[in-house]
Amino acid sequence: MILLEIFLAFLKIGAVSFGGGYGMISLVRETVVSHGWLTDTRMMDFIAVSESTPGPIAVNMATFVGYSQGGVPGAILATVGVILPAFLIMLLISSVMKNFMKLKGVNAFLDGVRPGVVALIMSTAVTMGLSLLFGIGDEKSSINFFGMGLLVVIVGIATGYKRLRKKKISPIVLIIISAVIALAVNLIFPSINT
Amino acid sequence: MTKGKMILTLFLTFLKIGAFTFGGGYAMIALLEEEFVEKRKWLTHEEFLDIVAIGESTPGPLAINSATFIGNRQAGFFGSLASTLGVVIPSVIIIMMVSLVFDRFMQLRYVQYAFDGIRVCVVYLIFSAGCKMFKGLKKKPVTYVIFGVVAALFIGFYLFGYGFSSVICILACGCVGLFIFAFDNVRAKKGSAADMKEKGGKDE
Repeated sequence: MILLEIFLAFLKIGAVSFGGGYGMISLVRETVVSHGWLTDTRMMDFIAVSESTPGPIAVNMATFVGYSQGGVPGAILATVGVILPAFLIMLLISSVMKNFMKLKGVNAFLDGVRPGVVALIMSTAVTMGLSLLFGIGDEKSSINFFGMGLLVVIVGIATGYKRLRKKKISPIVLIIISAVIALAVNLIFPSINT
Repeated sequence: MTKGKMILTLFLTFLKIGAFTFGGGYAMIALLEEEFVEKRKWLTHEEFLDIVAIGESTPGPLAINSATFIGNRQAGFFGSLASTLGVVIPSVIIIMMVSLVFDRFMQLRYVQYAFDGIRVCVVYLIFSAGCKMFKGLKKKPVTYVIFGVVAALFIGFYLFGYGFSSVICILACGCVGLFIFAFDNVRAKKGSAADMKEKGGKDE
């Protein structure tokens, strides 16, 4: 029963994903890789698509993974699964527990969860970077010099933009810049493509 | 406004928000505020900040949290259902359309070249989102301990090829938070006498 499996997997993700869309990336990555639903690389590709299409990242990822495994019913069940916990909890809070935020236990629990979630997000980026740039934990272990150079350029552009314009560069703009650079480099030096 | 009309308004408003917010929940906050605080005046600024705070403290996407909350406030259960469906439907339709062509699209040579660069960018985007959240954490020793232990475990498990469970990890972090809270309470109740005793114990 792949549909039930998809629904339950995303229900679980929806119930513990604190910290917004990025907070659930490590959860989704673990789930899809362990079930063999998507590879790490495809997951990264899709995060870029999620960033460049409207709507919550969580919903985009659930729909994409669900669709890839179970077509339209899979997409709908995954999406319902990921939003159901949030929907029920908010319904409960807005109608019954108006003083939810004043409960001391809730805040104590969150004080523990928040640093953990931030650590998960940053470690996910680090391990993705290790696999992408150094081939660590990946089947084809090759060192990606182009990727390292590009990372330096991206960091440079993002910091420069923040200095000059006093605000963060939009993720979509940064994705487009990276795509154009990679395309140009690959066309000019065809041998660089590993 | 009748209840039926209110439900329809909620649905259409959230449909619009769902269709035009790029970049996830936090980008949505500005749009929600403009729509419900400034334009429609359904919420005061303080109420809106409360909703965001609750959304950040409960699991699930922020967009769903706010849609459910605002919908329920304005028109009860069916209001929250209409709002949530509204905010989700554009995403689901767009991603299904993307999925139809995604595989064929990814096989194009130039697209593959572009994605060689995009993947690097994604790593940067995730890391910088994490950095921004790190700056917002409470500056307490416990925060840094939890952060360090989780990061070390996650990366260590990855390097040695073991499976890591983020679910268990998140719940364990929450329990550590509760435990520290309980521990602080007990210590505060015992007061200075306990502190003295502890100090004496260490001297021996």
